[in-house]
Amino acid sequence: MPKTLFEKVWDAHSVRNLANGQTQLLVGTHLIHEVTSPQAFGMMRDLGLRVAMPHRTFATVDHIVPTDQVSEPYADPLADAMIKELRKSCAESGITFFDRSTGKQGIVHIVGPEQGITQPGTTIACGDSHTSTHGAFGAIAFGIGTTQIRDVLATQTMALGRLKVRRIEVNGRLRPGVYAKDVILHIICTLGVNGGTGFAYEYAGEVVDRFSMEERMTVCNMSIEGGARAGYVNPDETTFAYLKGRPYSPKAAEWDAAVARWRAVASDPGCAYDDLVRIDAADIAPTVTWGINPGQGVPITGLVPDPAKAATADERSSIEEALAYMKLKPGSPIKGTRIDMAFLGSCTNGRLSDFQEVARFLKGRKVAPGVKAIAVPGSQGVGVLCAELGIDQIFRDAGFEWRSAGCSMCLAMNPDKLVGDQLCASSSNRNFKGRQGSPTGRTILMSPIMVAAAAVTGAVADAREVFAVSAN
Amino acid sequence: MALEKILRVAGRAVHVPGNDIDTDRIIPARFMKCVTFDGLGEFLFYDMRRNADGSEKAHPLNDPAHKGATILISGMNFGCGSSREHAPQALQKYGMRGVIAEGFAEIFYGNSTTLGMPCVVASRPDIERIAAAIGADPSTEVVIDLVGQKISFAGQTVGASVRESARDALVNGRWDPIGELIEGAPAAARVAGQLRYMSA
Repeated sequence: MPKTLFEKVWDAHSVRNLANGQTQLLVGTHLIHEVTSPQAFGMMRDLGLRVAMPHRTFATVDHIVPTDQVSEPYADPLADAMIKELRKSCAESGITFFDRSTGKQGIVHIVGPEQGITQPGTTIACGDSHTSTHGAFGAIAFGIGTTQIRDVLATQTMALGRLKVRRIEVNGRLRPGVYAKDVILHIICTLGVNGGTGFAYEYAGEVVDRFSMEERMTVCNMSIEGGARAGYVNPDETTFAYLKGRPYSPKAAEWDAAVARWRAVASDPGCAYDDLVRIDAADIAPTVTWGINPGQGVPITGLVPDPAKAATADERSSIEEALAYMKLKPGSPIKGTRIDMAFLGSCTNGRLSDFQEVARFLKGRKVAPGVKAIAVPGSQGVGVLCAELGIDQIFRDAGFEWRSAGCSMCLAMNPDKLVGDQLCASSSNRNFKGRQGSPTGRTILMSPIMVAAAAVTGAVADAREVFAVSAN
Repeated sequence: MALEKILRVAGRAVHVPGNDIDTDRIIPARFMKCVTFDGLGEFLFYDMRRNADGSEKAHPLNDPAHKGATILISGMNFGCGSSREHAPQALQKYGMRGVIAEGFAEIFYGNSTTLGMPCVVASRPDIERIAAAIGADPSTEVVIDLVGQKISFAGQTVGASVRESARDALVNGRWDPIGELIEGAPAAARVAGQLRYMSA
């Protein structure tokens, strides 16, 4: 019987049905970081439990690390306590910790893939909702809470209800200047921030087939912003080529056997989906958010909505609340909105290809006066590759601060924060009120090239005009 | 692990209206730099309730009439955003024992249930009825009946829905699954043994 990838991987990892009807699901790979794990280790100690499979558990530090300071102790004593707590817990349990001294530290959803830990046909859990990123490899990957981290540490399993599967096909060809970030923003704006609740998203179609692994990761990363706890792409030759030779990838005779298994994990032709959505690539524009959730976005050529024209009372009050917070005028063009900060980085767009693509166009240009721009490689590995290619210098020459790896300004847990009601053009994944560190700070989400265009013009801009983009 | 069977939640309720109330609003990330969940209640909805200088803003949770409320009522997609368990923890540490909303984000729903804090879905019109009753008399007792899947208040009763797996876990005292999961550990090891990548 034909099955989706989701069904195949779910069935292969189901241990048994629990009394309440949920599945006890084996978690093949457990990724942990310093923010959501300490209480879980505390619970383990309180219950007298030991880590079941330390060899299937990998840790890094990302949310709280200062990106402008490598040495410890960190200036923030709370942050310093958290990294030391994780280091201690990993040492006690025999868990591999990609500490900064290893050269392999970085944002957990960048480290897993680049190390070859993220593989097709696996289940992957982490105490972070952007764990959906790893689905790009044909894994079932999802975010979990701290108590569930405890469950996985103790038993390598957790209780979960089976998700439905919505297949989203993006067909045709993206127009120049339209990137993976625009594809996922478009999907979220179309299906809504809670459209995916109860679903895993299978991303497919000609556009996704053509995407590199890094582009697929950008798409899968923001599945949760559309309400879908997991999102994935069927593994193919692109996937296998990426994984070949990575530190944790299967080697030699194991490699061929693994590739055969991975091929078999892809959704079967003729399998049944719970829902199917088809999107024409030609309908996707460079997209930016205007509001306070990732579903409140428009094409760069578009207007900030007018609450008076809203279809429902709910929509009207939602738009009013967003515009009041963002301090944007109804009906005004989003293009030209002045910015204070530009942030290029995050688990969404902090990979080599993101910096590489921007560097092509940024060379010779300068950050506008009055704008502070930071570029944060997503991992130490990405930082090294950028340095080898001279990409870091292109950013510095343009007036960006080039930082060390971490979550940085995505989320306000480290020194990289907005001040007051500063407006940030950001390549990250959330524009909620207060997200970037100031209770009145404002975020506009966009693709990396659009962040660069905003940085050099000092305002939300159309990168296709700013950089004369004629082809990606 | 013997857990309390949660059959009902009864108490005063407070309405925090709005759709898509996200986890960054529920507990701003800067308060998550902790190694325990102790003390999180103080920071619930912090930036919605307090100005930069610490003075209080107008917010239902700051209204003295709602002090001691143990049921929160909200709109669609409550708890969207992060997987942070700090969000339902902050609610529970603040004193909440149940949440009624038009809809919940998935990860929040699961995290809250695991803490023994039921999330129940009610329709917009029914939520408006409850809100009106509370508005008229904040001391109104609201009772969430998990067995019968209904909410009673001010002499009225409306329907509520709870996902069956959550309802079963709460009323049978299995809402924290660790005991069951540990029982399944030997079976889990056998399944793991069949997956080549797990012995890597």
